[in-house]
Amino acid sequence: MKDSYAQIVNSSVGKKVAGALGLPQPVELRRYAPGQDLLNDRKVLVVGGQSADGLAETLLDWNLEVRRHPESRTRYGAIIADFTDAATPADLQNGALAVGAALRSLGTCGRVIVLGRSTDHEDDESSPELVATQKAVEGFMRSLAHEMRKGSTCNLLKLAPELGPEHESVQGPLKFLLSARSAYISGQPLSVDPAKPHTVEADAPVDGKVAVVTGAARGIGEAIVRRLHDDGAELILVDVPAAGEALSKVANSVNGVALQLDITQKDAGSKIAETARKHFGHLDIVIHNAGITRDKMLANMDENKWGSVLAVNLASQLAMNRQLLDSGALGPNPRVVSLASTSGIAGNRGQTNYGASKAGIIGMVSAMAVDFAQAGGTVNAVAPGFIETEMTKAMPTVTREVARRLNSLQQGGKPEDVAQAVGFLASNAAAGINGQTLRVCGQSMVGA
Amino acid sequence: MSQAYVLGGNRIPFARSNGAYASSSNLEMLTTAFDGLAARYGLAGQPLGEVAAGAVLKHSKDFNLTREAVLGSAFESSTPAYDVQQACATGLETVWGLSNKIRLGQMDSAVAGGVDSASDAPIVVSEGLRRSLLELARAKTLKQRLAAVSKLRPADIKPAAPTTGEPRTGLSMGEHQAITTAAWEISREDQDELALASHKNLAAAYERGFFDDLLTGFRGLGKDNNLRADSTLEKLGGLNPVFGRNLPEEATMTAGNSTPLTDGASAVLLGNREWADDHQLTPLARVVDAQTAAVDFVQGEEGLLMAPAYAVPRLLERNNLELKDFDYYEIHEAFASTVLCHLKAWESEEFAREKLGRQTAVGSIDRSKLNVNGSSLAAGHPFAATGGRIVATLAKQLHESAQETGKAQRGLISVCAAGGLGVTMILEADQPTR
Repeated sequence: MKDSYAQIVNSSVGKKVAGALGLPQPVELRRYAPGQDLLNDRKVLVVGGQSADGLAETLLDWNLEVRRHPESRTRYGAIIADFTDAATPADLQNGALAVGAALRSLGTCGRVIVLGRSTDHEDDESSPELVATQKAVEGFMRSLAHEMRKGSTCNLLKLAPELGPEHESVQGPLKFLLSARSAYISGQPLSVDPAKPHTVEADAPVDGKVAVVTGAARGIGEAIVRRLHDDGAELILVDVPAAGEALSKVANSVNGVALQLDITQKDAGSKIAETARKHFGHLDIVIHNAGITRDKMLANMDENKWGSVLAVNLASQLAMNRQLLDSGALGPNPRVVSLASTSGIAGNRGQTNYGASKAGIIGMVSAMAVDFAQAGGTVNAVAPGFIETEMTKAMPTVTREVARRLNSLQQGGKPEDVAQAVGFLASNAAAGINGQTLRVCGQSMVGA
Repeated sequence: MSQAYVLGGNRIPFARSNGAYASSSNLEMLTTAFDGLAARYGLAGQPLGEVAAGAVLKHSKDFNLTREAVLGSAFESSTPAYDVQQACATGLETVWGLSNKIRLGQMDSAVAGGVDSASDAPIVVSEGLRRSLLELARAKTLKQRLAAVSKLRPADIKPAAPTTGEPRTGLSMGEHQAITTAAWEISREDQDELALASHKNLAAAYERGFFDDLLTGFRGLGKDNNLRADSTLEKLGGLNPVFGRNLPEEATMTAGNSTPLTDGASAVLLGNREWADDHQLTPLARVVDAQTAAVDFVQGEEGLLMAPAYAVPRLLERNNLELKDFDYYEIHEAFASTVLCHLKAWESEEFAREKLGRQTAVGSIDRSKLNVNGSSLAAGHPFAATGGRIVATLAKQLHESAQETGKAQRGLISVCAAGGLGVTMILEADQPTR
């Protein structure tokens, strides 16, 4: 929907008034378009020791100019800060201050990518110093993200111990975070493990893949369908029969196949597998997007409101994932992406049922990561924050306006932003990401 | 000769008239039915042999209704189309005609359908007004114009209300059927029981998700809104008769055991086996044969809706089948008593002798195989859309049943229509190859 406030503060008079009063000044985010340059400004400052040297070649391949030292009177499209070698708190200072010195040179909708280490591996015997230092890198990134201006974002890639920043498994996630596809993602950590196959295709990352999207008739589901279609996938669109009219319109517009199905049916997963097998031979990508809200304070909650939300949002996904794994219909590198919510992370008043179901999703993807890894694939979640949809359009004006501004980008996200994150996790570019939940919330302070 | 198969179907939920679809036109509903079919089977932008559909209550502006619906739908725009109009048999007739073209090898695929809106019905100006307006249009001088206008009478302003009455008798279909019902001595209880079974069967089919791939939601409806899953014999028994109240016999036909006026649309996908294979579609059932008949109801020789009682024996004879040789029967429930009259006629030796010229009765059927997924009494009856509903529903049932039993399954369709018409058809699901 229209963000009137953003329009006003981006007019010449509005800009002055908002600046003088210290009001939020959201800028229009740079969003993905096929064939566009990776960054607004081609120059990338790479901060860090020797381990960062290998990155230069990758960045040059992406048509970027690499700088290892700050230059005066220049503008950077991105700053990449490599802390993968940091093992003690003292190792952080130089890099952190170098980023700080360059921040004023970061252009509109610029990117800061922090590279660190993941330290929670099973066979890992990391020292307390290393664990503390790498956790400090995460804290640094989160606070820096709050300081970003003019639509810029700051995110962290936590690399597995054996991965150098130049490793192929890192390139996909790095390119995604640099690109306009990650416009509404900020303040987020993502762990990257070595994995195959990995690609860093920019314009058709899921070319030829067969994907199913539930709740596909409207809103975020429809945006995911269009994203995956534009990114090259064949689609099966699932929604309840009552939404059939809208579902068939979306399906026909992407030459997809509509499957009307109540996903809480016992055999929903088998029916999806059967449809995929019949029309396309197999299934590569599963997007669990269908979800409902039945908000009530817990004191007023009834069996129906609690039960239906848990059944649709959580139990159905557990059952479908199990059936899909058992069906034999999945391709060699299956990708599952579930829609969680920031309400599932921080909770939300009036949403004990919804919050429980969405937190359950975060647990589910974490627990099923092993099962899908054994099948050659991944399972992850995306947790949207305030997204401009029909649902948020129905919110009371003041509540909506507050929710919209209380994030580092000072604006609501678009369904397209969620779809981009889903599309990334559904692609082989994200082969090294498994069992995780990626927030698409502009670093929201509500439901944080 | 090649074979024609039912490959799938789609309809919008049927809605009681002047309700959920009151502001939807035939064109909009038919287009939506086509779009849902295209979406279900991935047919957007795919070439099709031909599309045929029709409506009973049709505006004159809809002279090319089906072609217009194709152009507005996701179907490839170069798909040819034509309209059919044969009262309530329209839908079944389109399936018949198109499947014959497929069997003759003239095309490999087709979509048959039908639509009707009793809500958005044409309103016709009176005959007097129409004549005056035409004369006015032809007039060249002021004098001629005045002469044309001067013939208008106040009564001419009143429009002719839409009616389902028979042009030659002036009687409504219900009144016609009431005469037949009385003649065949069909009891109120039997009619109510048949109506109840229709509701129970339709509700159960929805309950098990049977219609998930036969139907596309429309205007917020996910299922037929005439369906009364909680209906009982007591509730049905409490309704007052609405037809046959002027007859000497007891009036038995109520709003509960007669179909209501309904809005809706349906479509059926047909194709030969090669086309089905090329499009990763499963043939559900083969169109085996069909037979039409008509009766002289004008002189009172036979009941208005009795033609299927004649068509079925001819169809059976040509295919060397007996009435009991079917796994499922779909007899359109225009009224509960219509179905019961047909069944009684087939069981009657007298009817066989005097009307059919046979020595023995046609036979009886196992009632547990009749309209097992509900029929028009529960779903409603948007005239031209009913044939498509029945064909798709039966084809899916036959296929499912063949998969479960491992045996070929045969089904009989019978649809009565205004004008003393009836169309009947045999569908067969082949034995599954394992």
